[in-house]
Amino acid sequence: MTTTQTRSHEAASLTNPKLPAAAPVLVAIVAAAVGALIWLLGSSAGLGAFLAVVVFLVALPLWSRAVEGARAAADRLATSLVWGAFLVALVPLVWLLAVVLKNGLPVLSADFLTFSMRNVIGDDQGGIYHALLGTLLVTAMATLISVPVGIFAAIYLVEYGKKNRMAQVITFLVDVMTGIPSIVAGLFALSLFVLIFGPAIRFGFGGSVALSLLMIPTVVRSTEEMLRLVPDDLREAAYALGVPKWRTISKVVLPTALGGIVTGVVLAISRVIGETAPLLVVAGFTDSANVNLFDGRMMTLPVFIFTQYANSTPKGLSYAWGGALVLILIVMILNLIARIIGKVFAPKKG
Amino acid sequence: MSATTQQEKASSTPTGVGDRVFSGLALAAGVAIMLALAGVFVFLFIEGFAGLSGREELYKPATSFLGYVWPLVFGTTLAAVIALVISVPFSIGIALFISHYAPKRIAAPVAYVMDLLAAVPSVVYGLWGGGVLNGYIVPIQQWLHDYLGFLPFFAGPPSATGRTMLTAGVVLAIMIMPITAAICREVFSQTPRLDEEAALALGATRWEMIRYSVFPYARSGMISAVMLGLGRALGETMAVAMVLSAAPVVTLNLISSQNPATIASNIASNYKEASPDKQAVLIATGLVLFAFTFAVNFAARYIAGRSERRMAR
Repeated sequence: MTTTQTRSHEAASLTNPKLPAAAPVLVAIVAAAVGALIWLLGSSAGLGAFLAVVVFLVALPLWSRAVEGARAAADRLATSLVWGAFLVALVPLVWLLAVVLKNGLPVLSADFLTFSMRNVIGDDQGGIYHALLGTLLVTAMATLISVPVGIFAAIYLVEYGKKNRMAQVITFLVDVMTGIPSIVAGLFALSLFVLIFGPAIRFGFGGSVALSLLMIPTVVRSTEEMLRLVPDDLREAAYALGVPKWRTISKVVLPTALGGIVTGVVLAISRVIGETAPLLVVAGFTDSANVNLFDGRMMTLPVFIFTQYANSTPKGLSYAWGGALVLILIVMILNLIARIIGKVFAPKKG
Repeated sequence: MSATTQQEKASSTPTGVGDRVFSGLALAAGVAIMLALAGVFVFLFIEGFAGLSGREELYKPATSFLGYVWPLVFGTTLAAVIALVISVPFSIGIALFISHYAPKRIAAPVAYVMDLLAAVPSVVYGLWGGGVLNGYIVPIQQWLHDYLGFLPFFAGPPSATGRTMLTAGVVLAIMIMPITAAICREVFSQTPRLDEEAALALGATRWEMIRYSVFPYARSGMISAVMLGLGRALGETMAVAMVLSAAPVVTLNLISSQNPATIASNIASNYKEASPDKQAVLIATGLVLFAFTFAVNFAARYIAGRSERRMAR
């Protein structure tokens, strides 16, 4: 009698006991209930949510430890922590976007986009036209400088350098350049032009130089990666036909990698278009529209946001939010364009 | 003799010229990058040199460049360390989530969302940190002061505006998290599949598999990811300048209204009314920042490169 009982018990325990599949959901519901209770009892919603998370992180491993053993409990804890890290990281992103939309949308209007702040006093209307213009011009100029330099440097690394000493040094320096603080790039451009034109110099082109210093490493990295993806067969086929190296690169290698290179450039633009610090020190700020990159201070959108915020008037603050919304929209659209180009020009497989 | 003339003839034909021009351009671009990096150092040095030993009143309230720059270096390090302490666990968690935990279908969108977080301009983070987040930090600071006030970090008195080192650190943490997470993710997903399968086949739980086969493989990659994040946090300007209410003090107190500025934020907020002399001082502090971040990045790349060489062997 007793022997059969133990035997059947042994047979059942060939596999470890496991919690039901719905266990995390059950514990989550209980934890949420505890959090809600605390919230209803008069504490803040934040404290309630925090306690709910703590209850979940304690209860699930304890239950698992009782049923499944210590190792499984550690696994459950790690899984909940990883999921928790992800969910918590979403909070600032959603919060930030929501706040920008909420505060920015009421400001946005045709006038806001088409008027500068010239001669705007007090609560008169006014807008970001001058800043938008400046941002587009400065960034376009930066792109014009950094794209040729970046692409040719990548060509050197992949096609000519072939891992020689110089190519190694350049690769390393490009890596280090990625880490240059943006304000240092601004100070560099400033020092350079102060040395040439005197200490009071502020102009849009300086901003372009500073931005291109930040942009070049990104362009080099992405172009280099794309060029390396071009199969060597293509190059050798061209050489076999007697095509000189430079024609091979410009007619075979570059067109093959074009989609990826453009994607990289657009992403690099979206990275630098929001840079504030370098433009603040070299391009200066102004209330008027200025279309000459080489003469006079130039307002840009990020600097506009900063100066309006620094005014700390209600109007300044709302304008800062409006500018932030426009800036985020520009960055998102650029990201989207980069993604679409990447999809369309993706190398066909097979 | 005849060989050389033949070669010369070959290089004077149009294709030969094209080749030489093209390789020359490529080389020039490479050299331009080297020169640019050297130029950053040289021009900052030329313009900042006068700022190293200027008149005493330039360094108010200190009297020398060292006295002026020390609180800034301290503030820069403090803000970056807070940011690291907060962001590293989250970065690793998110990286693991994308590489090992998330169902395939949501891993890619999550990675995209992280890229978006990295693409938000720093001035927008500053606006959010100084205009929205600070209000929510105030009660947390009060709580920290009430219950953990015996620690030097929370000695207080808590600032009523929330524009403190703690808030700046939190904003910086959010800003560097996607960068660190992206690199960690890449390193984690490069763990040899066989190592992972072998661990699982021996009966390891998923966490044990990660602990014993993913982490040892990824250790140096993680270290260099963290250091790159550190480099980013050290040099971040606008977010700190817009959040922090700064004073030239050296204090570990994270929640009072007297906070040391960082080098970068100090440059940004004093730039407007700077005379040429003061401008030189600010550029000199920029040089210090450059050397600082250069060292950190150099170390990060060195560690990453060393592990690459070890893997290659």
